[in-house]
Amino acid sequence: MREAFFLALALATGGAGAGWAETAVSAIGDAERGADIWIFCSGCHQIGPDAEIGIGPPLTGIFGRRAASVDGFPYSRSMTRAGRDGLTWTLETLDAYIENPRVLVSGTRMSFDGLEDAGERADLLAFLRVYSDKPSNIPEAAPTARADVPTLPPETLAIVGDRAYGEYLSSECTTCHQRDGSDKGIPSIVLWPEENFVLAMHAYRQKLRPHPVMQMMAGRLTDEEIAALAAYFGSLTP
Amino acid sequence: MTLNRRSFLGASLAAGAALSAPRAIGQARPRVVIVGGGAGGATAARYIAKDSQGAIDVTLIEPTRTYYTCFFSNLYLGGFRDFASIGHSYGALASGYGINVLHDWVIGVDRDARTVTTAAGHTLPYDRLIVSPGIDFVEGSVPGWDISAQNRMPHSWKAGSQTQLLKAQIEAMPEGGVFAMVAPPDPFRCPPGPYERVSMVAHVLKATNPTAKILILDPKASFSKQALFEEGWQRHYAGMVDRIGPDFGGANVSVNPEAMEVDIDGTVEKVDVCNVIPAQKAGRIAEIAGLTDDSGFCPIVPATMQSRMDETVFVLGDATIAGDMPKSGFSANSHAKVAAMQVRAALTGSTAFPAKYSNTCWSLIDTDDGVKVGASYAPTDEKIAKVDGFVSQTGEDAALRKATYEESVGWYAGITADMFG
Ligand SMILES: Cc1cc2nc3c(=O)[nH]c(=O)nc-3n(C[C@H](O)[C@H](O)[C@H](O)COP(=O)(O)OP(=O)(O)OC[C@H]3O[C@@H](n4cnc5c(N)ncnc54)[C@H](O)[C@@H]3O)c2cc1C
Ligand code: HEC
Ligand code: HEC
Repeated sequence: MREAFFLALALATGGAGAGWAETAVSAIGDAERGADIWIFCSGCHQIGPDAEIGIGPPLTGIFGRRAASVDGFPYSRSMTRAGRDGLTWTLETLDAYIENPRVLVSGTRMSFDGLEDAGERADLLAFLRVYSDKPSNIPEAAPTARADVPTLPPETLAIVGDRAYGEYLSSECTTCHQRDGSDKGIPSIVLWPEENFVLAMHAYRQKLRPHPVMQMMAGRLTDEEIAALAAYFGSLTP
Repeated sequence: MTLNRRSFLGASLAAGAALSAPRAIGQARPRVVIVGGGAGGATAARYIAKDSQGAIDVTLIEPTRTYYTCFFSNLYLGGFRDFASIGHSYGALASGYGINVLHDWVIGVDRDARTVTTAAGHTLPYDRLIVSPGIDFVEGSVPGWDISAQNRMPHSWKAGSQTQLLKAQIEAMPEGGVFAMVAPPDPFRCPPGPYERVSMVAHVLKATNPTAKILILDPKASFSKQALFEEGWQRHYAGMVDRIGPDFGGANVSVNPEAMEVDIDGTVEKVDVCNVIPAQKAGRIAEIAGLTDDSGFCPIVPATMQSRMDETVFVLGDATIAGDMPKSGFSANSHAKVAAMQVRAALTGSTAFPAKYSNTCWSLIDTDDGVKVGASYAPTDEKIAKVDGFVSQTGEDAALRKATYEESVGWYAGITADMFG
């Protein structure tokens, strides 16, 4: 799961310049194979010109669409917030969401565990793209990804966080996030599984998740610091 | 956290001569005295007490029993908060964290003897002193105004009865009356604050007194989040707000509180409410303690928040010269965490990690129309320097503005819990 996530990131973000097109094409996969993978989604989602709201929102024209923007669909608070903050569905954000929905949108209502296989996701994305009228959002045409986003070595996730350091660093967070886990307008970050916490912070740091405050906060944390924070907040007794 | 003698003292102390006597003998625990229980002082007290787990004796000296936050006091003026919701007591700091909360004024600091004296006659020794007294006003900065005029022309730049008074005056304005604000020169507490206040006053007047006018007399050529405020005023309160900058005499203003007049570069105007926000300097006690320089504020060591004048003294918040950081509650809270860590390291040998600072200031322009500006900072040898930052954009959609406002409500809950437990 971890490796796949980072592989996907590397694919989506690594290839500025000449190598871009090939990387992107191979990242976007094969639409026909993708049609077979769509069965994982079709129980909840419809796609195509006549698609309607089902258990999930229709995915027609998903590329370039703001998250949580289908009128009349009862999105979760998390998804609504992400949409308001500016989360837009692109190759990268879709890939991250499908790979592990909760890493990108912590409180999503979508009960789907995620597709681990990067190749399957690439095929699925190619399939979704067929139903998108905004193909320019796909990097084949113009790279949407920022070339200067660092790619993460897999060992990053293996870092064991220093809880004491995390406790000090946490003081910067608790001006906004409540230590007791209550949410009065800013989400709770306590007692998360460490891995999800780390991934969420990297998603802000890499600007995959929108939100200027958190991009700035995460932007200056080192891998060790993120691990330390994950260890600390993950172990708080409420 | 264990309850001990100190919690008891904290709860009952204001009455008590209890404190002055038993200190000296057998006192093994190092002592920290904190002057001022606001955004900086309350945070520092709580963090030192919490993280040292009783190893440090913490005394917080603050005259008021209920601290009214300046932050969100404009929202009270606008009718978005009630007054009680911006008041906070020190009860949990005393009972939950074992902090000695002493409701008293500090009137003297003897840095050689390392003691502070209070108005009630206590002399308290310290190993480390933390000073976070907020601001005082520069005398004579608005000719015609001094503190004795604050009931006719309130500043409301320290929250509490002044804020209530201003609200009452706004509500009593005659139909089509004029609300004037004399805005302060830099540097001052809360750079977007005057303009958020104007927005909130306009919000009230639009509903209750729509022909009223707001006049800002401003000595500054430009101000924080200016484009955002001006866009908002245009959108929500078109024709109501007028700002006179320095090019039209905004820097040459005097007032006559008796006559309720303002003189703008020779032109006298009659006004109905006049909110005078004078030029500012560090809270008086910082000056008395010899911690200020010619600017009227306190130079600090960027990496630690220690006073440049005395390494056993730390200064926090609005009273400091904090480099690129604005004077805000968020900044004071951020300073306090660095100082708390340094104080613990000095007194108990705990680890001192490198300092990180940050700030975000939200402002409300109208219902569900929130904006924000923020930055992160790091110490250099010379100052606290900006690393990275962001600001809301003009033309943002309504959903984002609403989310920004909701976030500020979350922040208020967060920071007040961080200060008062
Ligand atoms: C209208 C307005 C809106 C604002 N909005 C925001 C906002 O949205 N966000 C934000 O971050 N900031 C905001 N601020 C700024 C914020 O209120 C201040 O920057 C912050 O309170 C500074 O903290 P401090 O600890 O330096 O001082 P204060 O919080 O003022 O605390 C100082 C304390 O020291 C006490 N004291 C002073 N002298 C003595 C003495 N001799 N002995 C004992 N005690 C003493 C005082 O009673 C006071 O309680 C706003 C300010 C105003 C005026
Ligand atoms: C069990 C039902 C279910 C399955 C299976 C499912 N989804 Fe979802 N999906 C949802 C729900 C419910 C939401 C709304 C989530 C929210 O509001 O948090 C959603 C939201 C989405 C969104 C965001 C849409 C928007 O308008 O912002 C995308 C993209 C998405 N799903 C893609 C997929 C893909 C691709 C698959 C297959 C790999 C899939 N989903 C499988 C139920 C499902
Ligand atoms: C200035 C206020 C502020 C500070 C300080 C802050 N955050 Fe946040 N944080 C937010 C807001 C607002 C959100 C919601 C952002 C969004 O919608 O994506 C958030 C979201 C998050 C999330 C994702 C929550 C979710 O439900 O998806 C995590 C994890 C997080 N913050 C961790 C931290 C950590 C760790 C720190 C300290 C290093 C920190 N934050 C400091 C305001 C803040």
